[in-house]
Amino acid sequence: MNEKNEKLENIADTTANNSVELDEALENQPTTASTDNLVQLNDEDVEQKVYYKELTPTRMVLRRFFRSRLSVVGLIMIIALFVFAFLGPPLFRMFGYTWGETQADRTAVEKRAGDWIESTVNGEEVEAYQYSFQTVELNTYAAPSKSHLLGTDDRGMDVFARLMYGGRVSLTLGFVVVILETLLGVILGGISGYFGGWVDQVLMRIVDILNCIPTLPLLLIASVVIDSWGVPGSARIYYLMIILTVFGWSGTARMVRGQILYLREQEYIVACEVMGIPTWRRIFMHLIPNIMPQLIVSMTLGLGGIILYEATLSYLGLGIPIPYAAWGTMISSSTDPITMSNYPNLWIPAGLLIVIAVLGFNFVGDGLRDAMDPKARK
Amino acid sequence: MNEQIINEQQSPETSTTVTPEAEDGKDYILRVRNLKQWFPVSKSMFGKVQAYLRAVDGVSFDLERGKTIGIVGESGCGKTTLGRTILRLYDITDGSAVYTDKDGKKYELASLKRKQLQPLRTQLQLVFQDPYSSLPPRMTVGAIIGEAVRVHKIVPKAEVHDYVLEVMRRCGLQPHYYDRYPHEFSGGQRQRICIARALAVKPNLVICDEPVSALDVSIQAQVINLLKKLQREMGISYMFISHDLSVVKYISDNIAVMYLGNIVEMGSTSDICNNASHPYTKALFSAVPVPNPHRKVKPEELEGELPSPANPPKGCKFHTRCKYCMDCCSEIEPQMREISPGHLVACHLFDDTTQQAEQHEQEE
Repeated sequence: MNEKNEKLENIADTTANNSVELDEALENQPTTASTDNLVQLNDEDVEQKVYYKELTPTRMVLRRFFRSRLSVVGLIMIIALFVFAFLGPPLFRMFGYTWGETQADRTAVEKRAGDWIESTVNGEEVEAYQYSFQTVELNTYAAPSKSHLLGTDDRGMDVFARLMYGGRVSLTLGFVVVILETLLGVILGGISGYFGGWVDQVLMRIVDILNCIPTLPLLLIASVVIDSWGVPGSARIYYLMIILTVFGWSGTARMVRGQILYLREQEYIVACEVMGIPTWRRIFMHLIPNIMPQLIVSMTLGLGGIILYEATLSYLGLGIPIPYAAWGTMISSSTDPITMSNYPNLWIPAGLLIVIAVLGFNFVGDGLRDAMDPKARK
Repeated sequence: MNEQIINEQQSPETSTTVTPEAEDGKDYILRVRNLKQWFPVSKSMFGKVQAYLRAVDGVSFDLERGKTIGIVGESGCGKTTLGRTILRLYDITDGSAVYTDKDGKKYELASLKRKQLQPLRTQLQLVFQDPYSSLPPRMTVGAIIGEAVRVHKIVPKAEVHDYVLEVMRRCGLQPHYYDRYPHEFSGGQRQRICIARALAVKPNLVICDEPVSALDVSIQAQVINLLKKLQREMGISYMFISHDLSVVKYISDNIAVMYLGNIVEMGSTSDICNNASHPYTKALFSAVPVPNPHRKVKPEELEGELPSPANPPKGCKFHTRCKYCMDCCSEIEPQMREISPGHLVACHLFDDTTQQAEQHEQEE
């Protein structure tokens, strides 16, 4: 007994400044023995008590999360993107660049303009390119340079600036849609799982129907309908959010329902009933906190998917319309074969950012899932 | 049908506070009569129930205030369902369960609506078998014990913290456990937390559903002694459900033996332990290991499995496994019969009339 006490005190001394090591050392102790010893230690040793308080489930999850390299990489990727999109434009201005989201560069440039003509050279008919230089007050298709870091597009708008503003759209849309989806999913799935019976039947059949319809054609039709309503371009994003939410909540709802059905049978929920805890308190204090891990994971994994959907719709011309910037809209310029082959600076950066965003969210989601899995003892 | 009144003769020192309403001068906290809990198992296409699982099939017993009744029986005999039915975790199929509170007010548990049950929730409590799954993993010990105290306003808001600490101290939990999480504790300590949670709302009747089955033997003794101590201090009545006869023997004043949803034998602890009469009870007791290597007793092994409660055998439910099985056993359901004061058995072996009939048949 004394030996063990000393051992634990040593651990406490050596690792007072390094809590992670202390955590690990204590994890390796047999649970019962260490707890009993700690009881005695705690009366005299306040340090230990402080440590024990800190080892909440949330902290354990965070510790496991940060131990995985891939999830940290994902987190860095996402933070970098956020900084780029939200802090980028003001920083950009600080460096003397004035380009905005929809602002065309109207400096006069000499553009070569011409056409293929048929002409006769030495009696032989050849196709020739006849051109002349014209001064245009719109700097289109500028090559990357100091004044336009990634050049300009076909309307003379700065690609780099548009990437940043486009990031705002994609990321905000992703987050708003995921939060709306989760809210709707938790409420409907929760009602379905908690009350059961015909409510459950009706809601789950709606989910089934939503899952039967292929999402992409449905989104396309919805976008066309919105087009026909004559919604102004700047308001399109809000409609897009609503559409994506309406067609996206079913997965969350089904997951929440399953979890609630499982939790309802857990003894501590039965204990709530025996205790006479009111229904709302049972749902919000006991059921929801216990499905939070799965919710957070499904939210992070869902974010990537929503960004992709937004990009797809914008690429097809049904998302955020030009001149407003979105990564998908920017990629859609590659539908023009000349842009595709001659001006990769217009669409490759946007594509890369989408890849980084989706990868980052998936890494973080995977990391969180592993960290929150109680069976993974690492 | 099982309307006999139990424990007519009882020594004066064992009886507790007597209320004038009690029919035989005893203060019963719980009187269960012919309680049935049937679960629908198969439904036809139009929602008509075709078969029932008879988990509890006509159980009657009485529990005196401040006493402990032990419910024993093998797994699947309906012990747990009986406990949960009395707590109205299920809607009672048939029968009655009358709970009398401290002021002598009677409540018919079988017919109360959910809302009407709310004030009773503090008075009837449950301690679970598995201390691992019965504590919410994301709440601290203090929050777990204090939650119901806050909801039911057992003590004023400002005193909740001190009150919870006091309950914890009583249940043998150190005050600095207050901010810890259940996963940091061993099974025994978790069970103490469960007991503290149940007792914090000042219950009169606690249903202990195999509270020590998941614990090792040394911890079992601690928890049982804790329960006994709390009973002395707070005057709680226990309904103690277990399959472990030695534990039940230690804590109970009365024991009821259950088989396939019915009570087959019931009586005081000494009646049941020293004078087990029903063949099933005998078999149960002979299966208890005796800590004496020189005593060679061949246990009376029961053959076969527990029949399905969805399709129970006709007549006496035990007749399929009973070695004293007679012709009448598979036909007529035996009634509870008092073989000595307070000792009831449901078996045709003790049934004078049927035995005589049997003898007549053999003579002819």
